[in-house]
Amino acid sequence: MPTNRIGQSTIVLPGRPRILAGASIAGKKEGEGPLRGDFDQIIEDDLFGEESWEKAESRFQYEAATAAIAKAGLTPAQLDVALGGDLLNQIMAASMAARELHIPFLGLYGACSTMAESLCIASMLVDGGYARHALCTASSHFCTAERQYRFPLEYGCQRPPTAQWTVTGAGSIVVSGDDTRPALCRATHVTIGRIVDMAIKDANNMGAAMAPAAADTLTRHFADTGRSPADYDLILTGDLGRVGHDVLLALMQERGMPLDPTRCTDCGLEIFAPGQDTHCGGSGCGCSAVVLSGHILRRFREGDLRRVLFMATGALLSPTTSQQGESIPGIAHAIALEADA
Amino acid sequence: MFDKKAKPSPRRQAVLDRYSALVDRLSPRSKMGQGLFRAFVVGGAICTLGQGFIELGLHCLDMTVAAASTFASVMIVLLTAALTGAGVFDKIGQYAGAGAFVPISGFANAMVSPAMEFTREGLVLGLGAKLFTIAGPVLVWGVSASVVYGVIYWLITILG
Repeated sequence: MPTNRIGQSTIVLPGRPRILAGASIAGKKEGEGPLRGDFDQIIEDDLFGEESWEKAESRFQYEAATAAIAKAGLTPAQLDVALGGDLLNQIMAASMAARELHIPFLGLYGACSTMAESLCIASMLVDGGYARHALCTASSHFCTAERQYRFPLEYGCQRPPTAQWTVTGAGSIVVSGDDTRPALCRATHVTIGRIVDMAIKDANNMGAAMAPAAADTLTRHFADTGRSPADYDLILTGDLGRVGHDVLLALMQERGMPLDPTRCTDCGLEIFAPGQDTHCGGSGCGCSAVVLSGHILRRFREGDLRRVLFMATGALLSPTTSQQGESIPGIAHAIALEADA
Repeated sequence: MFDKKAKPSPRRQAVLDRYSALVDRLSPRSKMGQGLFRAFVVGGAICTLGQGFIELGLHCLDMTVAAASTFASVMIVLLTAALTGAGVFDKIGQYAGAGAFVPISGFANAMVSPAMEFTREGLVLGLGAKLFTIAGPVLVWGVSASVVYGVIYWLITILG
């Protein structure tokens, strides 16, 4: 069988699947941040009119998904597969949203890397001819994440300075193989991440846990494709936050592939302003999802970006293994996006 | 890693140590001076308020010293519970750290916040099961420690 692999671990997508549309729905705090103009909707009510945070998060996913499908000029029945995930136990926000969408559904868990994971798989499904149109969705909610991973919301503890703030929001993107439809950009390469664990155990310093995985995926992506950081207008990492971003820059410097800080940024740093008291920036599946489907796709549409490497990172920890003293497995998946020529 | 006795090789350990040093260098630290100052001011203010309640009990409500102390504790717990319910106390905690905690206010907050949070999972298996998630460990080890100290004290008294 012919293979679409190059180098050790990168996949070329010869059909260059089309990103038709993206939609992003964000919460109040995100709506007060620097990217407020890029979101389709800003929801002031944390509960989104529902009776629990979990249902609210699921509704964020559902609304983002239906908005993205509509912007792509499609109906849900035309989607062959929906891929989605979130941070909740048993990814319930994604499953409950899929319950309403009636699209064949694959649930994913990649912690904060979920958006990249779903885009990688959707692009391969479309490129292989296994789906005509595919939907990728990811969400997180500050309130569901706090109660699951940390403390009750109203518990008055102090967040350490390395902590990141879980983004409330959902992003959704439609990937398509239909050549007659206009694309915002096209997916060209996928580099699937492997787990890198450098023995970081501090669940309040997830950037440090994920940065080595990001460096690993980046290094392999450049080696496989023969590209260098200069080949990308923007290298957009997932939610490394301030510490993880600085660590990644230092690691890539050490490896002789320095990243230009003006052309390498992190979704967690983009989404909040320094004055918003989030400490090291945003995190959560929703963070990279809303930054990509809102901000980055807008810049592609305006011709501001030609080639972007989107690499979302995940800290694959659970409260149980953290309490048992396990270190945090980190992961990063990369997908190269190019403007439609 | 599934072998419990296996330690990382010295070379691997050196890589991990170097990474740990890099992370330490790039991670921001808690501001010790600012933290101490805020804890002192807010914690002190809460204690002063408590003293105010004691004085109120003693001089205006005609209470005994013991009753006035209990009155002050009850009032601080009541106030904290109300502020937690109003969504204010978590902000005080974020600002003041241990200053908001060490007086009994911390205990009230640790009880009311799970009560608010887990009611959605039901009164029995939600609220009932999770009410003590934060305060529970303090109670278990606090009571256990007091038993140990009680025994030591008792031994000293019968020997002394």
